[in-house]
Amino acid sequence: MKIKIVSLMLALLLVGTSIFAGGAQDQGQDDSMMEKVSNNVEVLHWWTSGGEAAALNVLKEDLEKKGISWTDSPVAGGGGEGAMTVLKSRAVAGNPPVAVQMLGFDIIDWAELGLLANLNDVAEKENWDAVIPDALKGFSKYNGVWVAAPVNIHSTNWVWANKKMLDDLGISIPETWDEFVMALEKVKASGKIALAHGGQAWQDATVFDSIVISTGGPEFYKKTMIDLDDAALRSDMMVEAFKRMAVLRSFVDDNFSGRDWNLASSMVIEGQAAFQIMGDWAKGEFKNAGQVPGEDFVAFRFPETQGTVTFNADQFVMFNVDESQQAAQKELASSIVAPGFQIAFNLVKGSVPARTDISDAEFDIVGKKGMKDLAEASANGTLFGSMAHGHGAPASVKNALYDVVTSHFNGMYTSEEAAAELADAIKSAQM
Amino acid sequence: MIINNKWRISKDDLTARFVLLPTIVLTLVFVYAFIIFTIIISFTNSKLMPTFSWVGIENYIRIFQLSHWHTALKNMLIFSVLYIGIATVLGLFLAILIDWSRSGEHIFRPIYLYPMAISFIVTGTAWKWFLDPGIGLEKIMHLWGFAEFSFNWIKNADRSIYTIVIAAIWQVTGYVMVIFLAGLRGINHATVESAVVDGANAWKLYTRIIIPQLGTSFTSVFVILGHMAIKSYDLVVALTNGGPGRASEMPSTFMYSYTFTRNQMGIGATSAVLMLAIFAIIIIPYIRNTVNKEGA
Repeated sequence: MKIKIVSLMLALLLVGTSIFAGGAQDQGQDDSMMEKVSNNVEVLHWWTSGGEAAALNVLKEDLEKKGISWTDSPVAGGGGEGAMTVLKSRAVAGNPPVAVQMLGFDIIDWAELGLLANLNDVAEKENWDAVIPDALKGFSKYNGVWVAAPVNIHSTNWVWANKKMLDDLGISIPETWDEFVMALEKVKASGKIALAHGGQAWQDATVFDSIVISTGGPEFYKKTMIDLDDAALRSDMMVEAFKRMAVLRSFVDDNFSGRDWNLASSMVIEGQAAFQIMGDWAKGEFKNAGQVPGEDFVAFRFPETQGTVTFNADQFVMFNVDESQQAAQKELASSIVAPGFQIAFNLVKGSVPARTDISDAEFDIVGKKGMKDLAEASANGTLFGSMAHGHGAPASVKNALYDVVTSHFNGMYTSEEAAAELADAIKSAQM
Repeated sequence: MIINNKWRISKDDLTARFVLLPTIVLTLVFVYAFIIFTIIISFTNSKLMPTFSWVGIENYIRIFQLSHWHTALKNMLIFSVLYIGIATVLGLFLAILIDWSRSGEHIFRPIYLYPMAISFIVTGTAWKWFLDPGIGLEKIMHLWGFAEFSFNWIKNADRSIYTIVIAAIWQVTGYVMVIFLAGLRGINHATVESAVVDGANAWKLYTRIIIPQLGTSFTSVFVILGHMAIKSYDLVVALTNGGPGRASEMPSTFMYSYTFTRNQMGIGATSAVLMLAIFAIIIIPYIRNTVNKEGA
């Protein structure tokens, strides 16, 4: 019996030490690697599609000129769900990458954990405070400290249309909600699909962003989607917004659920459908298909949201890393915000630069309009974070809204039920 | 001298225990320790990362106020009942048919068993395409001239959960069949023969003599299908991704989204603990049953 216990303990000890020894060894290797390559930045991101990867290459080459090498850590998956899961495990293990692509409130969540770097000296030197819109600063700065370098600004309240179809049917660009509904009816009567839409929760919510502004105006959007005011969420105005969602639902084809957004864009490009409500990343699909803005397709602000811009912005969040890596990290941040990269990247990506002091000469008419609208909205205080894209409220609230909007769009709630359910769901998600 | 048998260990026994030790340690850490960790997290206000700010049973109260969780539970109930019920009946039926025609066994057993060798993601994707009205079955029927044919369950919020049932049954029935086939081979021949001599017809032979002897097979099937039903995740993600809307959400997809994408880790952990509890209700009677039999 004694022998048994002793041998058991011995074995346990052996197993235990071998696990820890293994761990320590790995740690040792990591350290020695870091010593050697302090001029290296590891960047975690989800820009894996052709155009996006090409855009990122601009940054890579810029850094190589400065003698900094780039370690690419792509995790595929739009919206970055996969990348965020990887990041969590690496942060828990105490080994975060130098920079991570991130959206909106996720940045604040990470900043609250105290894991992010301080970029204030770079920001001061290059005057970021003056050139980056205030609404965006709300996500790049935490308690007055710059923690992220913004890459671009997408805006979500756009409608994309097939120019030839509009001309054939004698439809002019709708300015008001009523005109828009009439245009949709006209297309439907002609036997084509009026609205190309993909039934995925985030796409439903993207439409909902525009609908809320169009129904209640910018003030109402701010009250409901950013301040999350309970009374406003329960109001008749919100019921009306859901009713308008139901109206749009009636113009969508039966086979919409689960469809990816770029397939919906193709329907407009190929002339099967007339309109698509989607953010400015849709422009890339049209241009890749050889279409010319203004001639083959037109882009206009969602009716009755003119003057307001709902945005989402990609940023590179800088993590608190070892001192030997901080110089390279700051160079990376500086290169991201520099005008050269901002122009080169955004020309490819379809978004507009994250700073308002850049010449629009190289951009096409949609890009020019986007930049002008952004500067105006920023000056007038009507530049708001997009709820659908994680810039209105934290992830828990955003997803609670997704649940209600997508369930209503699929006919599981009436408009009255949906408004009440939305207020309840948002209240619960904030706890 | 009386030796206490309970504590005497032979050399072989020692070796066996020694070899098993790493597995036991790893299981203790990576299974049981993390179960305890998850239970702890479910009593905290964890958001993005695990924290230890206690909130008592608040998460358990909140989760039952979420209509989303009710949908997930309801779907799990519908799915489990239909999946276990239909797969068992169908599997048993196929096993009996194959048991009758021994020459056909070598052809039919692999055919029915193969779906089980395919990953759930592949099954889900294939069925997604097949059930999609725009490209799958409905489209083909229209091309063949049946213009009235309509089968759009996968796009219908009230019906989409049943498409998951269909795909899951397609996948698992062959496996159930094999379990029953093994059971049928272990039937006591004497009882069957004497029943035949006594003039029992086929229906009576099966319902009174053979099926009652398949008790252990039924338990195996029930436990295997039961736990597969509760943790089914990949099939749902590939086939409907919880949609349309949130109509075909299951507890497992609920758990993943709250823990990893909604930054509500406390709620996510709570749902995981509840899933474990449901699972325990199914599995513990089985384990006790087996242990009791071994003890006897």
